[in-house]
This record gives sequence, structure tokens and C-alpha cells, in this order.
Amino acid sequence: MYVAVKGGERAIDNAHAWLAEERRGDVGVAELGVAQIREQLALAVNRVMAEGSLYDPDLAALAIKQARGDLIEAVFLIRAYRTTLPRFGASRPVDTDAMRCDRRISATFKDLPGGQVLGPTFDYTHRLLDFALMAEGEAPMAPRAPVTGEAVPHVMALLDREGLIQQEPATGTTPPDLTREPMELPADRALRLQALTRGDEGFVLGLAYSTQRGYGRTHAFVGELRIGAVTVEMDIPELGFAITLGEVVLTECETVNQFAGSKTEPPQFTRGYGLVFGQSERKAISMSLVDRALRWRELGEDDEGVPAQDEEFVLMHADNVQATGFLEHIKLPHYVDFQSELELIRKLRRTAQAETQEAAE
Amino acid sequence: MDGKATAQTDRQHWLGLLARAPAGRLDALCRAAQVPRAGTWLRRAEIGTVMLRGRAGGTGAPFNLGEITVTRAAVELPGGTVGHGHVQGRDKAAAEWAALVDALMQTDAAGRLRPAILDPIAAELAATAADRAARAAATRVEFFTLVRGED
Repeated sequence: MYVAVKGGERAIDNAHAWLAEERRGDVGVAELGVAQIREQLALAVNRVMAEGSLYDPDLAALAIKQARGDLIEAVFLIRAYRTTLPRFGASRPVDTDAMRCDRRISATFKDLPGGQVLGPTFDYTHRLLDFALMAEGEAPMAPRAPVTGEAVPHVMALLDREGLIQQEPATGTTPPDLTREPMELPADRALRLQALTRGDEGFVLGLAYSTQRGYGRTHAFVGELRIGAVTVEMDIPELGFAITLGEVVLTECETVNQFAGSKTEPPQFTRGYGLVFGQSERKAISMSLVDRALRWRELGEDDEGVPAQDEEFVLMHADNVQATGFLEHIKLPHYVDFQSELELIRKLRRTAQAETQEAAE
Repeated sequence: MDGKATAQTDRQHWLGLLARAPAGRLDALCRAAQVPRAGTWLRRAEIGTVMLRGRAGGTGAPFNLGEITVTRAAVELPGGTVGHGHVQGRDKAAAEWAALVDALMQTDAAGRLRPAILDPIAAELAATAADRAARAAATRVEFFTLVRGED
């Protein structure tokens, strides 16, 4: 129960003023610009865009600055802003086959058309703090090499040609949208993918890791991981044709998992899928593992009763804004609630004391 | 391809360039080319979102990935030609310039605006993409096999 309590206005105003001062920090240190955050903390920006479910690097950088680097608070700000905007429509599904890849690797095939392209990765770094970054230096410059222009087809298409992997036939269905209608369970795969791609990275990572440790083993290989730019196209009713609206960077992960087969169908690899805004590799791999685990029913697997297979558990707890809202509301005034609990416990103690006294006499 | 289809493809092409112009470039190029701001706004610049969709497994059923910010505007020139501007992001000035350029590109001004506005945008976008591709190409792994032993 909530009761209006007045009298805190001055304290609240002053707390917010102090928040602003703390946000600025030591004025002897140069103020951080939003463009600096966008350019130099790009992976934090990507995470806020992915979990905020809005691709706009400037807004995400602003949110990070306003939130003093608290990324979940920044996600909250982005979600709140998004609700103020009208929606013009939906894009055509992006064509990730035509992605201009910064990075493209496969853990299943060494040699493949388009090659293994590492891109700007933390892999193979030694994870030693680089104190040179504490000093201002010249802007680093990466080597360039001639571009072959070779096509970079999906690895899955290679397996698909031999019929070795479960197919993903295209459909023209309109997917459900959890930002418009309340989530209904059981959810179809489209709804699950939407919930996972905007889900908390830590939560999705933890679930994915649990499947690797045996809580719903799916034995995943990263068939392909690609990061790069795709164009966004939308049909414009006023024009009567589709135009390119812009470009976004996405991370896509496709896993190859162990078999499904039946009396009528020979064994086939199955697949999990991850697609996330920005360069968000850990999240995309995690998403594809959890997607695959959640597909147990449609693939005719056993319910092992593990968290990653439990659709309700996964989907209802993946959203960090919802989780934060409910978690943190318990710090707000519950004076009346607590008053009744106090009275109850005093009464219980009185009764217990009286009983003890009676027994003693 | 008939004339109408060619015109549509051409318009799709320039609308795509206007939508993707780097931040601030459309404003600078339109001012430099002295694009006239004459016309009636059918829709003043308006910021909104478009829900971006992906496909399960890259090829399967569509799903909602998240939204992108888009700004749009529409203008009618004194001669009655209508232009529609759509740009990624929240730059209202850019959306209005895009609408004006779209309208003017359907008039005799096209010959002047193409080299002044569209060609530079196309060149800049291509150069940026080519430079990223060149850095990616430098990180492509060239495998070589070590021969070990006789068997």
C-alpha cells in the first residue's frame, strides 16, 4: 500500500542538484562530451542501444552521460524516450547475407568463401592494462589491405546445400511485438528472439553459460559470427516503393547444434540464432545458445527442467528495466505496509510470551 | 526496363543517398548549392521510429529486432511537385533538405543538383565503406600448414 507523503520536495530538489554536481565530478578535469562517449566508449553505446531497443548512437551516448555510466539507468532513459516517439512503420527484414562485414569468423570451417576476418577484436590480446592509454598519444592507425570484393556467404548455406542442417524457410508473417502487446506465453520463436535481443546481457550470458555447463546441454559450435553494416529498407506508402532509410551495425551469431532426427527424417544439425544491435559479440553468442535451448519443444527434445529451457523463467526475467523497476521499488516508502507488519509481530510476540508465562506458572 | 521503372529506380537511389548522408553534410551541401527553400510543407520535419526486423536463422520467419530513429518531411514545390525526405536519426533540417532535394530532382534542377549534392554524398559514403573494408581485409587470416614428420 502506498500513501502520499508530502514534505520531501526540498530534499529531493537538493538531492538532484547534488546528483548533477557529482555527475560533473572534479571541475579541474575536462567535461566529457557526448560525441566522445559515442566514439570512444562505443561498446557501452552499443549495449545501451541493444537493451534500450533503439538504434541511435547519439541518444545512447547522451543517456550514458546522464546516467553517470550506469548502463541499466541509461537503458531506462532510452526506453522512456522511445515511448514519446511515433512509429512510422516496420522495415523489411534486414538481409544479413549482404552485410558489409568488419568481422566474420567460423569455428566449424577453417577455409570458407570470404575467409576468416578477425576485425577489431579483443581476442588474442593479452588482457594486460595498457598504461600508454593514460597518456595522450598520436591517434593509432590500422593497416589497410586490398579488398577482393569476394562474396561472404553464410556458412549455414554451405551445410544447407547438403541437407545437413535444419532449414529456416522464409515466411511473410507479421511478427508479434512485445512493445505493443503484453507478452503471451507460450511465446513463438519470433517473440522469444525479440525478448532475447533486448534482454540484459548478463542475464542472457548466465543462462547461455548454464547450458554449456550441463543445464540443458545443446552442444553448440559457432558456425558463424559476423559483425558489420546492413542497410535498412522500408516500403513508403506515399511513394509506393521501398527506399533505403539508413544503415545499422549488427552482430549475428549462428550456432550449429546437435542433431534432431526421426523415423521419417535422417539426423540433421539444428541451429540457434542471435542478432543484436551494434558490435555485441558476447550477447549475440549468448542469445543463440539460449534461443536453441528454448526450442526444445519444437525439436522434440525432452524437458530437462532446466532454467534455459523454461520459457517463462527466461522471458519474464530477461528485461533489466522491468527487473530494476520491481527490485528497486522496495526501497521506496512502504511505511504503512511495514507498520502493519510491526503490529503483527508485536502481537505474535505478546501471545508467545503469554503462553510461555502460563506454561511456567 | 521501361522509362517509369528507370525513373523509380533513380529516385530510390537518390532517396537512399539523402537518407544516409553523413551528419551535417546535407545541410552544408544544400547551402553551398543554394537549394531554394521555396515550397509548401505538407509535413514539417517529424521525428519517429521504424521497427527494424530480422529473420530467425537469417533466412526464416521475421522477428522484431528493435527500433531506429528516423526523421521525415514532405514538401510541395510551387509547380506542384512533391518531395519526400527520410533520414536516419533526428536531424530535422536534414529531413527537410532531403524533401526539397527529392522534389527538385524531379524537375529541371536535377542536372545541377546531382553533381552538387548527390555525387559528393555517394563518393563520401563509398570512401568510408571502402576504408572499413580495407581494414577488414588486413585482418583476414591467411592459413598456412606446417609440415610435420614423414607420415
